[in-house]
Amino acid sequence: MTQVTVKRMWKNFGSQVVLENVNLHIGDHEFVTIVGASGCGKTTFLKILLGIETPSKGEFLIDGDPLAGEPGPDRGIVFQRYSLFPHLTVMQNLLLGLEFQGSPLLGRLFGARRRRALERARDLLEAIGLQDAAGKYPAQLSGGMQQRLSIAQSVICEPKILLLDEPFGALDPGITADMHALILKLWNMNKMTIFMVTHDLQESFELGTRVLVFDKVRIDPQAPEAFGATVTYNIPLKGHRSAVGE
Amino acid sequence: MRRLINLSPNRAGALTLSVLPFVLVVAAYLFYSSARNAANPGDKLLPLPATIAATIHQYAFEEDERSGEVLLWKDTASSLERLLAALAVSAVVGLSLGLAIGVLPYLRATLAPFVAALSLIPPLAILPILFIVVGLGEAAKVTLIIIGVTPVIVRDLAFRTAELPGEQLIKAQTLGASSWQLILRVVLPQLWPRLIDAMRMSLGSAWLFLIAAEAIASTEGLGYRIFLVRRYLAMDVILPYVAWITLLAFTMDWLLRLLRAKAFGWAGPGA
Repeated sequence: MTQVTVKRMWKNFGSQVVLENVNLHIGDHEFVTIVGASGCGKTTFLKILLGIETPSKGEFLIDGDPLAGEPGPDRGIVFQRYSLFPHLTVMQNLLLGLEFQGSPLLGRLFGARRRRALERARDLLEAIGLQDAAGKYPAQLSGGMQQRLSIAQSVICEPKILLLDEPFGALDPGITADMHALILKLWNMNKMTIFMVTHDLQESFELGTRVLVFDKVRIDPQAPEAFGATVTYNIPLKGHRSAVGE
Repeated sequence: MRRLINLSPNRAGALTLSVLPFVLVVAAYLFYSSARNAANPGDKLLPLPATIAATIHQYAFEEDERSGEVLLWKDTASSLERLLAALAVSAVVGLSLGLAIGVLPYLRATLAPFVAALSLIPPLAILPILFIVVGLGEAAKVTLIIIGVTPVIVRDLAFRTAELPGEQLIKAQTLGASSWQLILRVVLPQLWPRLIDAMRMSLGSAWLFLIAAEAIASTEGLGYRIFLVRRYLAMDVILPYVAWITLLAFTMDWLLRLLRAKAFGWAGPGA
């Protein structure tokens, strides 16, 4: 069970207020999509959740505990680009998380533990349709394949929360439908909570169990940096989850 | 007429063109050397190919009358020994320090400006200090090369480390990596090909420092020999030695490039 609670949270960089007075409660196994104009703090919100930015004021709690000040294995991330390791093959990329968590000193698994990890990775590889590319390097994959691998790479660590920062933004529109099916499948398999930033409204309503809209409620034309954005709409979408289950 | 920037030679043409400057230099040498020798058979400045060949034979295949050793091989062995020892130390120090400075902000804050300052000291200017401190032996020569080459490699690798996309390091942390694991599995493997690039770039200055050190204080070595026979205007020794040094440097560069391509195919072709 993962509960994310945000209470009266503000974030500012110097005098520039990016987020103001954000209040949220997200229950377990939700698929939260985050939309809003550019510069409205969507990515900043995600970075705070990831642990690479800290709130300036207020609280940001996961299961009642404040966020760790750095990224950790309970929160996976898929960026738009650059989240694969170019020197590792597809299989090695997928194994990496298991090897980090299973071998503190060498970061590599051997023997029976390696075989078990390989088995898990192979199943996941099949689920994302990359079983024939196991020995390839990321540079040899298409953009869509890279993103599928990057998602699987995070999912294999079974994070409580998966963060997606415009993961399909750089992809060919023709393959986004496949990607949507894949992410919903993995979301249901792993019972995690997903936060996904997107600029595609249709996508946000298609995938989400809840849509958050970030926007500025107050604007001072003389000092545009004085007011930040907040969650202006928090829209729960009913019946979605059962539809996915079919 | 198409633009010049769009005109390129085919393979055979490119090969011919690449050989052309070499042929021109050799031809010019042959022409002037025979002209000078026709005017003065005792000319030492541009010796004839036959003279050079005889000298090469003498240095490379005959034992020296005084030492009983074959000079070219003895010089080559001692020079390469110094060069490779220094390069090995520079590579190890450069990689570990560069990586650490690139990855750990505290170490970067402490050492980056210091290394930047170090790399600006002209190594030859502190050669006298080395001679005073570590004496005139092998240590001084090897140390000179290390001092000349290492700061550059450290800085280069620190920059290359910092160039790795931040997304990668964050992703690794979300996969549960500790700092150590991240260095071992993410940063270090990606630095190997960059270390090879840095070594290739430093080869030129490494040879420069080697020859400078040998010219000043040595009893054997390629640089020592060149500066020794300079007193006798022995161009028939100097020219083959220079060509030999160039060939050695070229071979080392080529081997490093080959290693990079074979061992780190994922990194794409190097420069």
